[in-house]
Amino acid sequence: MSAGANKAGKRTGIEISLAISEAAKMARVDAVAAYPITPQTHVVEHLSELVASGELDAEYICVESEHSALSACIGTQAAGARTFTATSAQGLELMHEILYIAAGMRMPIVMAVANRALSAPLSIWNDHSDVMACRDTGWIQVFAENGQDAFDQVICAFRFGEDRRVQMPVMVNFDGFTLSHVVESVEFPAQELVDSYLPPYRPENTLHPDRPLTLGAFAMPEIYTETRMAHEAALLASRPVIDDAWAEWGKLTGRHYKAVETYRTEGAETLFVTMGGLSENAMEHVDAAREKGKKVGLVHIRLWRPFPIDEMRKVLCTAAHVVVMDRALPPGAHGGPVFTEVKSALYDQSRRPTVHGYIAGLGGRDVTPADFGTMYDLAMAAVKEGKKEEFRMIGVRS
Amino acid sequence: MAKPMDQYTWRELLVGNVISEPGSSQEYKTGDWRSLKPVFDNVKCIKCGVCWMFCPDNAIMQDADEFFCADLDYCKGCGICARECWPGAIAMTEESK
Ligand code: SF4
Ligand code: SF4
Repeated sequence: MSAGANKAGKRTGIEISLAISEAAKMARVDAVAAYPITPQTHVVEHLSELVASGELDAEYICVESEHSALSACIGTQAAGARTFTATSAQGLELMHEILYIAAGMRMPIVMAVANRALSAPLSIWNDHSDVMACRDTGWIQVFAENGQDAFDQVICAFRFGEDRRVQMPVMVNFDGFTLSHVVESVEFPAQELVDSYLPPYRPENTLHPDRPLTLGAFAMPEIYTETRMAHEAALLASRPVIDDAWAEWGKLTGRHYKAVETYRTEGAETLFVTMGGLSENAMEHVDAAREKGKKVGLVHIRLWRPFPIDEMRKVLCTAAHVVVMDRALPPGAHGGPVFTEVKSALYDQSRRPTVHGYIAGLGGRDVTPADFGTMYDLAMAAVKEGKKEEFRMIGVRS
Repeated sequence: MAKPMDQYTWRELLVGNVISEPGSSQEYKTGDWRSLKPVFDNVKCIKCGVCWMFCPDNAIMQDADEFFCADLDYCKGCGICARECWPGAIAMTEESK
Protein backbone atom coordinates (compact mmCIF):
# COMPACT_ATOMS: atom_id res chain seq x y z
CA MET A 1 0.00 0.00 0.00
CA SER A 2 1.31 3.42 -0.84
CA ALA A 3 1.99 5.88 1.92
CA GLY A 4 -0.91 8.09 2.81
CA ALA A 5 -1.54 11.32 0.95
CA ASN A 6 -3.48 12.49 3.97
CA LYS A 7 -1.66 15.34 5.70
CA ALA A 8 -3.33 14.77 9.06
CA GLY A 9 -1.90 11.23 9.37
CA LYS A 10 0.82 10.61 11.92
CA ARG A 11 3.38 7.87 11.42
CA THR A 12 4.40 5.91 14.51
CA GLY A 13 6.55 2.86 15.08
CA ILE A 14 4.25 0.52 17.00
CA GLU A 15 3.70 -3.15 17.69
CA ILE A 16 0.90 -4.27 15.37
CA SER A 17 -1.17 -5.72 18.24
CA LEU A 18 -1.18 -2.31 19.92
CA ALA A 19 -2.03 -0.60 16.64
CA ILE A 20 -5.09 -2.86 16.39
CA SER A 21 -6.21 -1.83 19.90
CA GLU A 22 -5.66 1.80 18.94
CA ALA A 23 -7.82 1.26 15.87
CA ALA A 24 -10.64 -0.04 18.08
CA LYS A 25 -10.17 3.02 20.28
CA MET A 26 -10.33 5.35 17.28
CA ALA A 27 -13.49 3.54 16.17
CA ARG A 28 -14.90 4.63 19.56
CA VAL A 29 -16.00 1.17 20.62
CA ASP A 30 -18.53 1.13 23.46
CA ALA A 31 -17.78 -2.35 24.72
CA VAL A 32 -15.00 -4.92 24.71
CA ALA A 33 -15.30 -8.47 26.00
CA ALA A 34 -12.26 -10.64 25.46
CA TYR A 35 -10.11 -13.35 26.99
CA PRO A 36 -6.35 -13.23 26.55
CA ILE A 37 -4.62 -15.90 24.49
CA THR A 38 -1.23 -15.97 22.79
CA PRO A 39 -0.55 -14.34 20.33
CA GLN A 40 -3.56 -12.02 20.68
CA THR A 41 -2.75 -11.09 24.30
CA HIS A 42 -1.23 -7.67 23.66
CA VAL A 43 -4.36 -6.55 21.83
CA VAL A 44 -6.62 -7.08 24.83
CA GLU A 45 -3.99 -6.02 27.38
CA HIS A 46 -3.63 -2.71 25.64
CA LEU A 47 -7.40 -2.26 25.33
CA SER A 48 -7.84 -2.90 29.05
CA GLU A 49 -5.13 -0.30 29.74
CA LEU A 50 -6.88 2.20 27.49
CA VAL A 51 -10.16 1.64 29.34
CA ALA A 52 -8.51 1.69 32.79
CA SER A 53 -6.69 4.94 32.06
CA GLY A 54 -9.87 6.57 30.80
CA GLU A 55 -8.45 7.07 27.32
CA LEU A 56 -11.19 4.86 25.94
CA ASP A 57 -14.69 5.35 27.31
CA ALA A 58 -15.91 1.78 26.99
CA GLU A 59 -17.21 -1.09 29.06
CA TYR A 60 -14.47 -3.73 29.43
CA ILE A 61 -16.03 -7.03 30.41
CA CYS A 62 -13.65 -9.53 31.99
CA VAL A 63 -14.88 -13.02 31.22
CA GLU A 64 -13.79 -16.54 32.13
CA SER A 65 -13.53 -17.92 28.58
CA GLU A 66 -13.82 -17.08 24.91
CA HIS A 67 -17.23 -18.73 24.80
CA SER A 68 -18.34 -16.15 27.35
CA ALA A 69 -16.42 -13.36 25.62
CA LEU A 70 -18.31 -13.68 22.37
CA SER A 71 -21.59 -14.32 24.19
CA ALA A 72 -21.08 -11.07 26.11
CA CYS A 73 -20.30 -9.31 22.83
CA ILE A 74 -23.64 -10.44 21.42
CA GLY A 75 -25.31 -9.05 24.54
CA THR A 76 -23.65 -5.64 24.35
CA GLN A 77 -24.19 -5.46 20.60
CA ALA A 78 -27.88 -6.35 21.04
CA ALA A 79 -28.11 -3.50 23.55
CA GLY A 80 -26.84 -1.15 20.84
CA ALA A 81 -23.16 -0.91 21.78
CA ARG A 82 -20.37 -0.93 19.20
CA THR A 83 -18.41 -4.00 20.29
CA PHE A 84 -14.90 -5.26 19.68
CA THR A 85 -13.15 -8.46 20.63
CA ALA A 86 -10.04 -10.39 19.68
CA THR A 87 -8.91 -13.96 19.96
CA SER A 88 -6.75 -16.70 18.47
CA ALA A 89 -6.58 -20.45 17.86
CA GLN A 90 -8.08 -22.49 20.74
CA GLY A 91 -9.95 -19.39 21.86
CA LEU A 92 -11.56 -19.03 18.46
CA GLU A 93 -12.56 -22.69 18.52
CA LEU A 94 -14.02 -22.33 22.02
CA MET A 95 -16.17 -19.55 20.54
CA HIS A 96 -17.21 -21.78 17.70
CA GLU A 97 -20.92 -22.20 18.37
CA ILE A 98 -21.26 -18.53 19.29
CA LEU A 99 -19.65 -17.52 15.99
CA TYR A 100 -22.64 -18.95 14.16
CA ILE A 101 -25.01 -17.28 16.61
CA ALA A 102 -23.42 -13.84 16.19
CA ALA A 103 -23.70 -14.21 12.42
CA GLY A 104 -27.22 -15.63 12.40
CA MET A 105 -28.36 -12.81 14.67
CA ARG A 106 -26.57 -10.38 12.36
CA MET A 107 -24.57 -8.73 15.14
CA PRO A 108 -21.86 -6.54 13.55
CA ILE A 109 -19.17 -7.34 16.12
CA VAL A 110 -15.63 -6.76 14.90
CA MET A 111 -13.12 -9.39 15.99
CA ALA A 112 -9.39 -9.37 15.34
CA VAL A 113 -8.01 -12.89 15.05
CA ALA A 114 -4.27 -13.40 15.54
CA ASN A 115 -4.03 -16.52 13.41
CA ARG A 116 -2.38 -19.50 15.06
CA ALA A 117 -2.13 -23.27 14.68
CA LEU A 118 -4.50 -25.58 16.54
CA SER A 119 -3.68 -28.18 19.18
CA ALA A 120 -2.84 -31.10 19.41
CA PRO A 121 0.08 -30.97 19.46
CA LEU A 122 0.03 -27.62 21.19
CA SER A 123 1.50 -24.88 19.05
CA ILE A 124 1.30 -21.18 19.73
CA TRP A 125 2.74 -20.30 16.33
CA ASN A 126 1.24 -18.95 13.19
CA ASP A 127 -0.78 -20.61 10.48
CA HIS A 128 -4.40 -20.35 9.30
CA SER A 129 -5.86 -23.52 10.86
CA ASP A 130 -7.94 -21.57 13.36
CA VAL A 131 -9.78 -19.33 10.93
CA MET A 132 -10.19 -22.03 8.31
CA ALA A 133 -12.10 -24.10 10.88
CA CYS A 134 -14.45 -21.10 11.10
CA ARG A 135 -14.74 -20.56 7.38
CA ASP A 136 -18.43 -21.37 7.20
CA THR A 137 -19.66 -19.44 10.22
CA GLY A 138 -21.26 -16.73 8.09
CA TRP A 139 -18.90 -13.89 9.10
CA ILE A 140 -17.27 -11.46 6.71
CA GLN A 141 -13.59 -12.49 6.77
CA VAL A 142 -10.69 -10.24 5.87
CA PHE A 143 -6.96 -11.08 5.90
CA ALA A 144 -4.45 -8.32 6.63
CA GLU A 145 -1.19 -8.22 4.74
CA ASN A 146 0.72 -5.99 7.16
CA GLY A 147 0.25 -3.80 10.23
CA GLN A 148 -1.16 -0.82 8.40
CA ASP A 149 -3.65 -3.08 6.64
CA ALA A 150 -4.70 -4.64 9.97
CA PHE A 151 -5.12 -1.23 11.60
CA ASP A 152 -7.16 0.11 8.67
CA GLN A 153 -9.27 -3.04 8.37
CA VAL A 154 -10.48 -2.76 11.97
CA ILE A 155 -11.89 0.72 11.28
CA CYS A 156 -13.26 -0.23 7.86
CA ALA A 157 -14.84 -3.40 9.34
CA PHE A 158 -17.01 -1.34 11.67
CA ARG A 159 -18.06 0.84 8.78
CA PHE A 160 -19.19 -1.92 6.41
CA GLY A 161 -20.21 -4.43 9.09
CA GLU A 162 -22.61 -1.98 10.73
CA ASP A 163 -24.00 -0.64 7.45
CA ARG A 164 -27.76 -1.22 7.45
CA ARG A 165 -27.39 -3.03 4.11
CA VAL A 166 -24.91 -5.46 5.69
CA GLN A 167 -25.25 -5.90 9.49
CA MET A 168 -22.72 -8.72 9.70
CA PRO A 169 -19.93 -9.58 12.12
CA VAL A 170 -16.42 -9.19 10.69
CA MET A 171 -13.22 -11.13 11.42
CA VAL A 172 -10.02 -9.23 10.76
CA ASN A 173 -7.32 -11.89 10.46
CA PHE A 174 -3.70 -11.02 11.05
CA ASP A 175 -0.89 -13.53 11.33
CA GLY A 176 0.16 -14.42 14.87
CA PHE A 177 3.70 -13.26 15.75
CA THR A 178 4.78 -12.58 12.16
CA LEU A 179 2.37 -9.64 12.25
CA SER A 180 1.02 -9.44 15.81
CA HIS A 181 4.39 -9.02 17.54
CA VAL A 182 6.18 -7.04 14.86
CA VAL A 183 6.89 -3.35 15.31
CA GLU A 184 5.92 -1.56 12.14
CA SER A 185 5.58 2.00 10.99
CA VAL A 186 1.84 2.63 11.04
CA GLU A 187 0.16 5.80 9.91
CA PHE A 188 -2.55 6.91 12.33
CA PRO A 189 -5.24 9.11 10.83
CA ALA A 190 -6.62 12.04 12.80
CA GLN A 191 -9.52 11.19 15.09
CA GLU A 192 -11.71 13.66 13.17
CA LEU A 193 -11.04 11.72 9.97
CA VAL A 194 -12.11 8.46 11.60
CA ASP A 195 -15.19 10.15 13.09
CA SER A 196 -16.22 11.49 9.70
CA TYR A 197 -15.71 8.05 8.14
CA LEU A 198 -17.41 6.05 10.86
CA PRO A 199 -20.68 7.51 12.14
CA PRO A 200 -21.99 6.51 15.59
CA TYR A 201 -23.55 3.05 15.67
CA ARG A 202 -27.30 3.17 15.01
CA PRO A 203 -28.52 -0.42 14.91
CA GLU A 204 -31.82 -1.37 13.35
CA ASN A 205 -32.88 -3.65 16.20
CA THR A 206 -31.86 -3.29 19.83
CA LEU A 207 -33.09 -4.63 23.12
CA HIS A 208 -35.34 -2.04 24.71
CA PRO A 209 -38.24 -2.46 27.15
CA ASP A 210 -40.42 -0.04 25.15
CA ARG A 211 -40.01 -2.01 21.93
CA PRO A 212 -40.09 -5.69 22.79
CA LEU A 213 -38.31 -7.89 20.27
CA THR A 214 -37.31 -11.52 20.25
CA LEU A 215 -33.67 -11.89 19.21
CA GLY A 216 -32.24 -15.33 18.53
CA ALA A 217 -35.51 -17.24 18.47
CA PHE A 218 -35.77 -20.79 17.24
CA ALA A 219 -36.89 -21.71 13.75
CA MET A 220 -39.16 -24.56 12.73
CA PRO A 221 -38.41 -26.66 9.63
CA GLU A 222 -40.97 -24.48 7.83
CA ILE A 223 -38.67 -21.43 8.08
CA TYR A 224 -35.05 -22.50 8.77
CA THR A 225 -34.22 -22.89 5.08
CA GLU A 226 -35.46 -19.35 4.41
CA THR A 227 -33.31 -17.97 7.24
CA ARG A 228 -30.20 -19.57 5.73
CA MET A 229 -31.05 -18.24 2.28
CA ALA A 230 -31.50 -14.76 3.77
CA HIS A 231 -28.02 -15.04 5.34
CA GLU A 232 -26.44 -16.22 2.11
CA ALA A 233 -28.07 -13.39 0.16
CA ALA A 234 -27.05 -10.79 2.75
CA LEU A 235 -23.43 -11.96 2.81
CA LEU A 236 -23.20 -11.82 -0.98
CA ALA A 237 -24.94 -8.43 -1.03
CA SER A 238 -22.32 -7.05 1.37
CA ARG A 239 -19.73 -6.97 -1.43
CA PRO A 240 -20.55 -3.57 -2.99
CA VAL A 241 -20.82 -2.03 0.47
CA ILE A 242 -17.40 -3.40 1.45
CA ASP A 243 -15.93 -2.09 -1.82
CA ASP A 244 -17.47 1.35 -1.26
CA ALA A 245 -16.21 1.50 2.31
CA TRP A 246 -12.67 0.69 1.12
CA ALA A 247 -12.93 3.20 -1.72
CA GLU A 248 -13.94 5.95 0.66
CA TRP A 249 -11.14 5.03 3.08
CA GLY A 250 -8.79 5.26 0.12
CA LYS A 251 -10.01 8.74 -0.71
CA LEU A 252 -9.52 9.91 2.87
CA THR A 253 -6.19 8.27 3.64
CA GLY A 254 -4.57 7.49 0.30
CA ARG A 255 -4.52 3.80 1.21
CA HIS A 256 -6.54 1.81 -1.28
CA TYR A 257 -7.76 -1.69 -0.52
CA LYS A 258 -9.34 -4.25 -2.79
CA ALA A 259 -10.85 -7.68 -2.23
CA VAL A 260 -8.21 -9.13 -4.54
CA GLU A 261 -4.85 -7.43 -4.96
CA THR A 262 -2.56 -8.16 -7.85
CA TYR A 263 1.21 -7.77 -7.92
CA ARG A 264 3.12 -7.85 -11.21
CA THR A 265 0.46 -9.93 -12.90
CA GLU A 266 0.90 -8.25 -16.30
CA GLY A 267 1.88 -10.88 -18.82
CA ALA A 268 2.34 -13.46 -16.08
CA GLU A 269 2.18 -17.10 -17.14
CA THR A 270 2.18 -18.35 -13.58
CA LEU A 271 0.31 -16.70 -10.73
CA PHE A 272 0.83 -17.36 -7.04
CA VAL A 273 -2.24 -17.09 -4.79
CA THR A 274 -1.69 -16.21 -1.13
CA MET A 275 -3.51 -14.76 1.88
CA GLY A 276 -2.15 -12.90 4.89
CA GLY A 277 1.28 -11.60 5.77
CA LEU A 278 3.28 -14.11 3.73
CA SER A 279 2.05 -12.38 0.59
CA GLU A 280 4.93 -9.95 1.08
CA ASN A 281 7.44 -12.83 0.97
CA ALA A 282 5.75 -13.97 -2.22
CA MET A 283 6.21 -10.46 -3.64
CA GLU A 284 9.94 -10.66 -2.91
CA HIS A 285 10.10 -13.94 -4.76
CA VAL A 286 8.14 -12.50 -7.68
CA ASP A 287 10.58 -9.58 -7.91
CA ALA A 288 13.59 -11.91 -7.91
CA ALA A 289 12.00 -14.30 -10.43
CA ARG A 290 10.99 -11.46 -12.74
CA GLU A 291 14.57 -10.26 -12.54
CA LYS A 292 15.56 -13.65 -13.97
CA GLY A 293 12.97 -13.28 -16.73
CA LYS A 294 10.37 -15.66 -15.27
CA LYS A 295 6.84 -14.54 -16.04
CA VAL A 296 5.32 -14.81 -12.56
CA GLY A 297 2.96 -12.64 -10.58
CA LEU A 298 0.98 -12.68 -7.36
CA VAL A 299 -2.71 -12.62 -6.52
CA HIS A 300 -3.28 -11.71 -2.88
CA ILE A 301 -6.74 -12.38 -1.44
CA ARG A 302 -7.77 -9.80 1.15
CA LEU A 303 -11.46 -10.71 1.31
CA TRP A 304 -12.01 -14.40 2.00
CA ARG A 305 -15.74 -14.24 2.77
CA PRO A 306 -17.75 -13.42 0.76
CA PHE A 307 -15.33 -15.05 -1.68
CA PRO A 308 -14.51 -12.65 -4.54
CA ILE A 309 -15.22 -15.22 -7.21
CA ASP A 310 -15.57 -12.83 -10.17
CA GLU A 311 -12.24 -11.07 -9.64
CA MET A 312 -10.50 -14.39 -9.00
CA ARG A 313 -11.83 -15.88 -12.23
CA LYS A 314 -10.96 -12.80 -14.19
CA VAL A 315 -7.36 -12.52 -13.05
CA LEU A 316 -6.51 -16.24 -12.82
CA CYS A 317 -7.88 -17.12 -16.25
CA THR A 318 -5.29 -14.83 -17.83
CA ALA A 319 -2.54 -17.22 -16.67
CA ALA A 320 -1.51 -20.69 -17.77
CA HIS A 321 -0.66 -21.94 -14.28
CA VAL A 322 -1.80 -21.07 -10.77
CA VAL A 323 0.19 -21.93 -7.65
CA VAL A 324 -1.85 -21.68 -4.45
CA MET A 325 -0.23 -21.63 -1.03
CA ASP A 326 -2.44 -22.74 1.86
CA ARG A 327 -1.58 -22.23 5.51
CA ALA A 328 -3.88 -24.95 6.83
CA LEU A 329 -4.21 -28.67 6.18
CA PRO A 330 -7.76 -30.01 6.10
CA PRO A 331 -6.95 -33.70 6.58
CA GLY A 332 -8.51 -35.98 4.01
CA ALA A 333 -9.89 -33.16 1.87
CA HIS A 334 -7.48 -33.60 -1.08
CA GLY A 335 -6.46 -29.95 -0.94
CA GLY A 336 -6.10 -26.87 1.19
CA PRO A 337 -9.12 -24.58 1.59
CA VAL A 338 -7.88 -21.82 -0.73
CA PHE A 339 -6.73 -24.35 -3.32
CA THR A 340 -10.07 -26.19 -3.45
CA GLU A 341 -11.97 -22.90 -3.54
CA VAL A 342 -9.84 -21.59 -6.41
CA LYS A 343 -10.20 -24.85 -8.32
CA SER A 344 -13.97 -24.87 -7.96
CA ALA A 345 -14.17 -21.22 -9.07
CA LEU A 346 -12.28 -22.10 -12.25
CA TYR A 347 -13.93 -25.42 -13.08
CA ASP A 348 -16.54 -24.13 -15.52
CA GLN A 349 -14.33 -21.52 -17.17
CA SER A 350 -13.67 -22.18 -20.84
CA ARG A 351 -10.02 -21.13 -20.63
CA ARG A 352 -8.64 -22.26 -17.33
CA PRO A 353 -5.13 -22.59 -15.94
CA THR A 354 -3.61 -25.65 -14.32
CA VAL A 355 -3.90 -25.34 -10.53
CA HIS A 356 -1.31 -26.51 -8.00
CA GLY A 357 -1.88 -26.43 -4.27
CA TYR A 358 0.89 -26.45 -1.68
CA ILE A 359 0.49 -26.49 2.07
CA ALA A 360 3.25 -24.51 3.74
CA GLY A 361 4.09 -22.62 6.89
CA LEU A 362 2.21 -24.79 9.38
CA GLY A 363 2.61 -24.09 13.11
CA GLY A 364 5.16 -21.31 12.62
CA ARG A 365 7.39 -23.01 10.03
CA ASP A 366 9.04 -20.23 8.04
CA VAL A 367 8.12 -19.70 4.41
CA THR A 368 10.92 -17.76 2.76
CA PRO A 369 10.83 -16.09 -0.64
CA ALA A 370 12.94 -19.03 -1.87
CA ASP A 371 10.20 -21.46 -0.82
CA PHE A 372 7.95 -19.86 -3.40
CA GLY A 373 10.63 -20.79 -5.92
CA THR A 374 10.35 -24.40 -4.72
CA MET A 375 6.58 -24.30 -5.19
CA TYR A 376 7.08 -22.86 -8.66
CA ASP A 377 9.57 -25.59 -9.59
CA LEU A 378 7.27 -28.33 -8.31
CA ALA A 379 4.35 -26.91 -10.28
CA MET A 380 6.41 -26.66 -13.47
CA ALA A 381 7.66 -30.24 -13.01
CA ALA A 382 4.04 -31.40 -12.58
CA VAL A 383 3.03 -29.55 -15.73
CA LYS A 384 5.91 -31.18 -17.60
CA GLU A 385 4.58 -34.57 -16.54
CA GLY A 386 1.25 -33.57 -18.03
CA LYS A 387 -0.54 -33.00 -14.71
CA LYS A 388 -3.29 -30.41 -14.62
CA GLU A 389 -3.10 -30.20 -10.87
CA GLU A 390 -1.05 -31.28 -7.95
CA PHE A 391 -1.59 -31.10 -4.24
CA ARG A 392 1.05 -31.68 -1.59
CA MET A 393 2.65 -30.42 1.57
CA ILE A 394 6.04 -28.87 1.13
CA GLY A 395 9.01 -28.82 3.45
CA VAL A 396 8.07 -32.13 5.12
CA ARG A 397 11.05 -34.28 6.14
CA SER A 398 10.57 -37.80 4.91
CA MET B 1 -46.89 -13.64 13.15
CA ALA B 2 -48.96 -11.93 10.53
CA LYS B 3 -49.30 -15.10 8.49
CA PRO B 4 -48.50 -18.78 8.85
CA MET B 5 -44.78 -19.48 9.03
CA ASP B 6 -44.70 -21.65 5.94
CA GLN B 7 -45.86 -18.73 3.80
CA TYR B 8 -42.92 -16.41 4.49
CA THR B 9 -40.34 -16.03 1.73
CA TRP B 10 -36.69 -15.47 2.70
CA ARG B 11 -36.95 -11.84 1.56
CA GLU B 12 -39.70 -11.11 4.07
CA LEU B 13 -37.69 -12.13 7.15
CA LEU B 14 -36.45 -9.32 9.38
CA VAL B 15 -32.69 -8.89 9.70
CA GLY B 16 -31.30 -11.55 12.03
CA ASN B 17 -34.72 -13.24 12.02
CA VAL B 18 -35.88 -10.88 14.71
CA ILE B 19 -39.47 -11.39 15.82
CA SER B 20 -41.15 -8.06 16.37
CA GLU B 21 -44.47 -9.39 17.64
CA PRO B 22 -44.40 -10.23 21.38
CA GLY B 23 -45.97 -13.51 22.46
CA SER B 24 -45.93 -15.04 19.00
CA SER B 25 -44.67 -18.35 20.40
CA GLN B 26 -48.30 -19.10 21.31
CA GLU B 27 -48.80 -19.86 17.66
CA TYR B 28 -46.56 -22.90 17.91
CA LYS B 29 -48.86 -25.72 18.91
CA THR B 30 -46.39 -27.87 20.80
CA GLY B 31 -48.81 -30.63 21.82
CA ASP B 32 -48.71 -32.69 18.66
CA TRP B 33 -46.00 -35.12 19.72
CA ARG B 34 -47.89 -36.33 22.79
CA SER B 35 -48.58 -40.08 23.09
CA LEU B 36 -50.59 -39.96 26.36
CA LYS B 37 -53.13 -37.33 27.34
CA PRO B 38 -54.53 -36.47 30.77
CA VAL B 39 -58.24 -37.24 31.20
CA PHE B 40 -59.89 -35.50 34.15
CA ASP B 41 -62.60 -37.13 36.29
CA ASN B 42 -64.69 -34.24 37.59
CA VAL B 43 -66.40 -36.51 40.17
CA LYS B 44 -63.08 -37.04 41.95
CA CYS B 45 -61.66 -33.54 41.34
CA ILE B 46 -61.78 -31.20 44.33
CA LYS B 47 -60.51 -28.15 42.34
CA CYS B 48 -57.34 -27.86 44.45
CA GLY B 49 -55.26 -26.59 41.49
CA VAL B 50 -52.22 -28.76 42.23
CA CYS B 51 -52.18 -29.98 38.63
CA TRP B 52 -52.17 -26.36 37.44
CA MET B 53 -49.24 -25.55 39.70
CA PHE B 54 -47.10 -28.48 38.59
CA CYS B 55 -47.68 -28.50 34.85
CA PRO B 56 -44.27 -27.55 33.35
CA ASP B 57 -45.90 -26.25 30.18
CA ASN B 58 -48.65 -24.01 31.57
CA ALA B 59 -51.05 -26.31 29.75
CA ILE B 60 -53.68 -26.60 32.51
CA MET B 61 -56.62 -24.23 32.44
CA GLN B 62 -60.06 -24.01 34.01
CA ASP B 63 -63.36 -24.55 32.24
CA ALA B 64 -66.58 -22.51 32.73
CA ASP B 65 -67.42 -24.52 35.87
CA GLU B 66 -63.90 -23.92 37.21
CA PHE B 67 -62.90 -27.55 36.78
CA PHE B 68 -59.30 -28.02 35.73
CA CYS B 69 -58.57 -29.42 32.27
CA ALA B 70 -55.63 -29.65 29.85
CA ASP B 71 -55.08 -27.39 26.89
CA LEU B 72 -54.27 -30.11 24.38
CA ASP B 73 -52.66 -27.64 21.95
CA TYR B 74 -49.72 -27.39 24.36
CA CYS B 75 -49.95 -30.41 26.72
CA LYS B 76 -46.96 -32.69 25.99
CA GLY B 77 -48.36 -35.63 27.89
CA CYS B 78 -45.62 -35.83 30.51
CA GLY B 79 -48.00 -37.10 33.18
CA ILE B 80 -46.76 -34.85 35.98
CA CYS B 81 -50.31 -33.60 36.63
CA ALA B 82 -51.62 -37.18 37.00
CA ARG B 83 -48.75 -38.06 39.32
CA GLU B 84 -49.31 -34.99 41.53
CA CYS B 85 -53.13 -35.12 41.61
CA TRP B 86 -53.54 -36.64 45.07
CA PRO B 87 -57.33 -37.36 44.83
CA GLY B 88 -56.51 -39.45 41.72
CA ALA B 89 -58.73 -37.48 39.36
CA ILE B 90 -56.37 -37.58 36.35
CA ALA B 91 -55.72 -40.67 34.24
CA MET B 92 -53.11 -40.68 31.47
CA THR B 93 -54.76 -42.35 28.52
CA GLU B 94 -53.37 -43.33 25.16
CA GLU B 95 -54.00 -40.92 22.29
CA SER B 96 -56.19 -42.61 19.71
CA LYS B 97 -54.49 -42.78 16.31
S1 SF4 C 1 -49.54 -34.17 31.04
FE1 SF4 C 1 -47.85 -32.80 31.54
S2 SF4 C 1 -48.03 -31.18 30.02
FE2 SF4 C 1 -49.96 -32.25 29.97
S3 SF4 C 1 -51.22 -31.11 31.35
FE3 SF4 C 1 -50.30 -32.75 32.53
S4 SF4 C 1 -48.50 -31.84 33.43
FE4 SF4 C 1 -49.15 -30.49 31.79
S1 SF4 D 1 -54.82 -31.79 41.07
FE1 SF4 D 1 -56.46 -33.22 40.69
S2 SF4 D 1 -57.98 -32.68 42.19
FE2 SF4 D 1 -56.55 -30.96 42.12
S3 SF4 D 1 -57.48 -29.62 40.62
FE3 SF4 D 1 -56.07 -30.87 39.50
S4 SF4 D 1 -57.40 -32.59 38.80
FE4 SF4 D 1 -58.49 -31.56 40.38
